[in-house]
Amino acid sequence: MNTLLDVRGMTKSYPGVLACDDIGFDIGEGEIHALLGENGAGKSTLVKMIYGLVRPDAGSMRLGGRSFAPPEPRAALAAGVAMVFQHFSLFEALSVAENIALGMEERTKERELAARIRKISSDYGLTVDPGRVVGDLSAGERQRVEIVRCLLQSPRILIMDEPTSVLTPQEVSALFETLRQLAREGTSILYISHKLEEIRALCDRATILRRGRVVATCTPSGETARSLAAMMVGSGVPVPERGESARGETLLRVAGLCLPSLTQFGTSLENVSFSLSEGEVLGVAGVAGNGQDELLLSLSGEVRVGTGVISLAGKDIGRTGPTARRLLGLLAAPEQRLGHAAAPDMSLVENALLTGYARQRLGRRGFLDWTKAAQFAAGVIERFDVRTPGVGNAAKSLSGGNLQKFVIGREILQKPLVLVANQPTWGVDAAAAAAIRIALVELARKGAGVLVISQDLDELMEISNRLSVISAGRLSEPRPVADLTIEDVGLLMGGSGEKRAAA
Amino acid sequence: MIDLAALSPAALLASLMVAATPILLAATGELVAEKAGVLNLGVEGMMIVGAVCGFVGAVESGSPFFGLVCAVAGSAMLALVFAALTQVFLSNQVASGLALTLFGLGLAAMAGQNYAGIKPPQSPRLDVPGLSDLPFVGPVLFAHDFVLYFSLFAVLAVSYCLRKTRSGLVLRAVGENHDAAHALGYKVRRVRIAAILFGGAMAGLGGAYLSLIRVPQWTEGMTAGAGWIALAIVVFATWRPWRVVLGAYLFGGVTMLQLNLQALGVGIGVAYLSMAPYLVTILVLVIMSADSRRVSLNAPACLGRIFHAST
Amino acid sequence: MLRLEPRQEPSRRMQAVTPFVAVALTMAAGGMLFAFLGKDPLEAIRIFFWNPLFDSTVAGYTRPQLLVKAAPLIIIALGLSFGFRAGVWNIGAEGQFIVGAITGAAAGLAVYPAEGIWVFPMMILAGMLGGLLWAMIPAVLKVRFNANEILVSLMLVYVAFNVLAGMVTGRLKSPEGFGWPESRNFQDYPSAHNAEVIAGSGIHFGVIVMFALVVASYVVLRNHIFGFQVRLAGQSRQAARFAGVNPDMLVALCLGLSGALAGLAGVFEVAGPAGKLSTNFPLGYGFTAIIVAFLGRLHPVGIFLAGLLMALTYIGGELAQFQLGIPAAAVQVFQGMLLFFLLAVDFLVNYRIRLGPGVGSDRTPDARARESGT
Repeated sequence: MNTLLDVRGMTKSYPGVLACDDIGFDIGEGEIHALLGENGAGKSTLVKMIYGLVRPDAGSMRLGGRSFAPPEPRAALAAGVAMVFQHFSLFEALSVAENIALGMEERTKERELAARIRKISSDYGLTVDPGRVVGDLSAGERQRVEIVRCLLQSPRILIMDEPTSVLTPQEVSALFETLRQLAREGTSILYISHKLEEIRALCDRATILRRGRVVATCTPSGETARSLAAMMVGSGVPVPERGESARGETLLRVAGLCLPSLTQFGTSLENVSFSLSEGEVLGVAGVAGNGQDELLLSLSGEVRVGTGVISLAGKDIGRTGPTARRLLGLLAAPEQRLGHAAAPDMSLVENALLTGYARQRLGRRGFLDWTKAAQFAAGVIERFDVRTPGVGNAAKSLSGGNLQKFVIGREILQKPLVLVANQPTWGVDAAAAAAIRIALVELARKGAGVLVISQDLDELMEISNRLSVISAGRLSEPRPVADLTIEDVGLLMGGSGEKRAAA
Repeated sequence: MIDLAALSPAALLASLMVAATPILLAATGELVAEKAGVLNLGVEGMMIVGAVCGFVGAVESGSPFFGLVCAVAGSAMLALVFAALTQVFLSNQVASGLALTLFGLGLAAMAGQNYAGIKPPQSPRLDVPGLSDLPFVGPVLFAHDFVLYFSLFAVLAVSYCLRKTRSGLVLRAVGENHDAAHALGYKVRRVRIAAILFGGAMAGLGGAYLSLIRVPQWTEGMTAGAGWIALAIVVFATWRPWRVVLGAYLFGGVTMLQLNLQALGVGIGVAYLSMAPYLVTILVLVIMSADSRRVSLNAPACLGRIFHAST
Repeated sequence: MLRLEPRQEPSRRMQAVTPFVAVALTMAAGGMLFAFLGKDPLEAIRIFFWNPLFDSTVAGYTRPQLLVKAAPLIIIALGLSFGFRAGVWNIGAEGQFIVGAITGAAAGLAVYPAEGIWVFPMMILAGMLGGLLWAMIPAVLKVRFNANEILVSLMLVYVAFNVLAGMVTGRLKSPEGFGWPESRNFQDYPSAHNAEVIAGSGIHFGVIVMFALVVASYVVLRNHIFGFQVRLAGQSRQAARFAGVNPDMLVALCLGLSGALAGLAGVFEVAGPAGKLSTNFPLGYGFTAIIVAFLGRLHPVGIFLAGLLMALTYIGGELAQFQLGIPAAAVQVFQGMLLFFLLAVDFLVNYRIRLGPGVGSDRTPDARARESGT
């Protein structure tokens, strides 16, 4: 196999951190090559350098034997490097055809472009409708649009950044078929992921990164998931011990919750019902954008719903606001850390006040008690091992994992009756993720009800007692995890639960 | 007694088009800037600077056309300051736009202080031979100055460019999602600076139309909120060029109506009649904004947001 | 090559230093402007900024004027600062100032010539109420119909101008004014007159209220939950909603507060320094206060200092007009430039200038992108 891309000594530092440190690897023609590493290992910085979005401090690349140093994405595209982003670089208000036209170097007539889109679509099994507005498409469809956009450039290398994090298991296998077909035809694929099984199933070789350095290169099919994980993380991570699914009193009951979509491209909740008991972790699985945010907002009280829909320990709370719900014991940790769960430029003390003011009595008659607030913040930092120079530092100066520990810890230390957490470990390094999972399970063992909304199925299977799936704003009947397989859940995610309910 | 016959529909229609043109020009420019994701609240300031530059240029050179060129250049210069603040120094667009307006009003007052009460050179009318003599249609459609025709042509051109051309697509993409546009290799900053300059030039032209053709003379603060009304009309139009025409002409109609009522001496005080255009603007703004889904359908998603490329 | 690099935390030092840098740059640019007008720049700057305070021939008159001019600017700017922090843009303070003056004056004139200690407080209440209600128009339209408060509050300035014109030629026209479009003069109505507390000092009731408001704003901003919520909403609407802030209530409170304070400033002005309502009454304080608020970094103490500085430019401008023949509008140009320069140097608070290509925060940019939800 001829080497197509040869990367040597790539180094990039940001103030205080060495994102990539002397990274070298190579990809052959028609090879599917994995870049494996946990969050913050430097994968994304590395591919951004290959794609010309970030300029390296040092290092060199050769593409097809020629020196390759793209100053901008256009140059990379022209040289044959295309990239499908983790967070899609699509324009929601524009049509599929317009989105694709924007990714093309040469100007093409509308009709001709539509024909080319249809051809690529049928050749690779990537169904897209050029006339539709991207904002109305599902995550899987959007990804297909991005791939079609890339393929129209006839790339020599296709970079896929965490492509499966937004897909259902069925969509994942379809994607893998497409990628294998591309590889057979000679296109190289650089596949970035931290999911071990996927890499074992798909990739010819893997380069493993840890803290900005290459720690190993291997043939994934010859490794076990365990050995790959050991290379990626460096040491074993603790696994939470799930509590007994002994169910006590019902704490939170949601009955027939309907909520029209809040934004133009949002999802509306349709007849969501479930109950959550003392000592229970209820997992809600589902692909992003299926109503998770709406569910969290209606539980946290940021969006009011009617009476008789949500009750906490027998008390109707559908029309009460966030502060009143906190006082009653319903706490929440939203998905987006900066800008929702925490204010980026505010100190940790102020961020502790953000949700702790009423329940922790951090003030009197509207006047704030800064001393008490600082103590509370310091307590969270100490108890949850948040790494930061002090309580006076701004939230945005913390790493994702540390901030998430702070956010979850802030709620747990308030001794909730019920805690709702949306994506508690998303974008968090393995050690912090494990700590958060343990804390959530621990909270439930002490008698609280915990609702965890997550896209990470493995995580939910690990910590939940019961599991349900949210799809297109509908929630499936929660079922005990012990009775479920990943395949069952996958089917529910694809919406088959609906059909079964209808039948 | 009110002499309703004095309110000839043809004359009223023709004059409302004239009254609407400054706002139409400025709003068309602002629409382009907003489509690129830039909220420039400095339209009022750019308009009045255009008005004074155009006036001074025309009086000093004796050529109204040269005056218009001065107006366009002057306002574009001012817009460049806004572009520098928001695109290079990454300032808040709301504050920068306000600064532009406050500065522009002062600058114009200073530059124009010796020009009050002077008559500018007359701008040629562009009567279409034969057609302009037609009853009703003639005065309404074929007996105007070339700037008025240009303003309608500009709407047509902007509408076509935004929808049909690649540069229009790129401009919309930049306003929609600047990070994605950057990732695809488009020069977000460059596109936005160009859009800001276009907005400035159009606002300047609108201002000069006011001081050279519509009024025509220079008085301090003569734009009297026209720039702000232009901003409101962009919202009213939900960022669609043809609706801008509708909004501007609606405004022009209200203005002419109240001026005519003033002249006729209806029983309402002049001061209260003069409020009408502003109240109508508020009213249409309210009606259009009430349906937030309709507004968000066309509103550029990155409007007013600061772009900083991390490299 | 120079590049901007985002700071991890906003620099407090830069926050304090940049206004002074902006003032220095404005002086430099102003000097150039004066030179362009054919005046000696140094002389002009001296007349603008030095003479009103220290020149023995004029300071006796100008020094008290400093507080007289600064008081309305500071009162209005304090009100605006809460809204601006929370992202509620009340640009129509000028209108609320005018309406407050009208309602305050009308309340006083309604009982003319009754004397009593209650007259002036009643006018103050009427003025605040007038400003408050005028500001509630954009607030209600924003909350109920989602209409942009910037445009609505601004349109209402022009409406207020016309209301004023209608009033001084109609209902509030002085019967003894020989037909001039102006109201009675409050200087001739002792119970309603906002007189100097200490003769010759320029300190009228409004100045005392201004000092009290500076302190109160400081306390509320730092130590009260309302101040906290305002700051939170300014950083992130979503986080504020999550913390339990009702966004509609916040819009109403911020607009109401700034309207009431602008109205308050209006009463003090009409009953004191201006003395009467006339079409010349609006001096643009409501707009200049926007600059004061920004220049003062939306912080009460900063606003106090910025208000004094801005008052100085008014007085210096008058002197310069009188002594050098510099056009009156130069003051406005000056103030506009000040805001420009402030905004231009503002980036130093949130960004660092770096040489060379290495840029970013101390986390990887993808981590940041993920955090900000892009």
